Amino acid sequence: MCDVCGCGDPALVPVDVHERLLSGNDRTAAHNRAHFREHGVIAINLMGSPGAGKTAMLEATARALGATRHLAAITGDLETERDAVRLRAAGIPAAAITTGSACHLDAEMVHHALHGNGAHHADYLFIENVGNLVCPAIYDLGQAVNVVALSVTEGEDKPLKYPTMFRKADLVLLTKIDLLPALPEFDRAALEDALAHVMPAPRLIAVSARSGAGMQEWAQWIELLRAPQLANVAGASAP
Amino acid sequence: MHEYSLVQALLQRVEAEARSHHATAVHRITVRIGPLAGVDRQLFATAYDNCRPGTMCDGAELLIDGEAVTWRCDACGAVIPEGSVLVCPTCCLPARLAGGDALTLERLELEVPQHV
Repeated sequence: MCDVCGCGDPALVPVDVHERLLSGNDRTAAHNRAHFREHGVIAINLMGSPGAGKTAMLEATARALGATRHLAAITGDLETERDAVRLRAAGIPAAAITTGSACHLDAEMVHHALHGNGAHHADYLFIENVGNLVCPAIYDLGQAVNVVALSVTEGEDKPLKYPTMFRKADLVLLTKIDLLPALPEFDRAALEDALAHVMPAPRLIAVSARSGAGMQEWAQWIELLRAPQLANVAGASAP
Repeated sequence: MHEYSLVQALLQRVEAEARSHHATAVHRITVRIGPLAGVDRQLFATAYDNCRPGTMCDGAELLIDGEAVTWRCDACGAVIPEGSVLVCPTCCLPARLAGGDALTLERLELEVPQHV
């Protein structure tokens, strides 16, 4: 017994927790997801290496869909608002998140950026994540789908090197295909084989933001995302 | 380097758990990190060592358990070997990840004063 307060010797108490380390982020992501669903917003988490062509894809998406759909964006970068400035110039209302040293966006940053950016009026909210093939994959933001941009110059084996990122992708956009004439060694079959080893249901669309090739297929893919969403909205308002 | 933000989340979670048990110290923390969690175990351990001074976990040992990667067919239950195409060869359906992406706080060992 201790002679200060009269307590006994401390006991070692085992405590079972079994909780995800990201449970706090998961709760905020669920809140974001409910907000998007309530307002009929399709949120698309766009990830990829720095320079994969994420911002150019969104500029091209504005040209393809901007006339018929309300688009909005949140861009994440360590420094500068340059991507958001580019997207605004393309006609997409965009909020910038500058993460400082953080290598990814998390659900709280997205939640904060949602306040006051008018994204609840949008048909599609593009969340352009920090350029990085590792960290963004593990943070749920509340998105409907994950899309990974992979440019033709990055190498067909990227999916095997970054399996966590590609495993979580609902779609891979093979970008910059206008460069293929300068890359005779590019092997699309090898890329598709690599994807099949890390993605259970691989889906690949080849695009060029510059030439517009593949943009129609991409537009159709994101339009199809609206079907279950509209069913949910209808279901929610039914008596 | 998201390992540092994960360790910060871990320390906050552990301290909340310790407070709720009126613990005076944390002796041991066990986490589970699967190969597909997207987290480097060595970096996580280094981040923990750098973050724990001055916290309740200062003297707490960190144990990192692993988890085998398991892909499975939902229809027939077959295990699809890691490193192969992720489609069931029998049912032709996409495999589902049934283990290997764990990123969890499993258990703690807390020092709790015993009142007599």
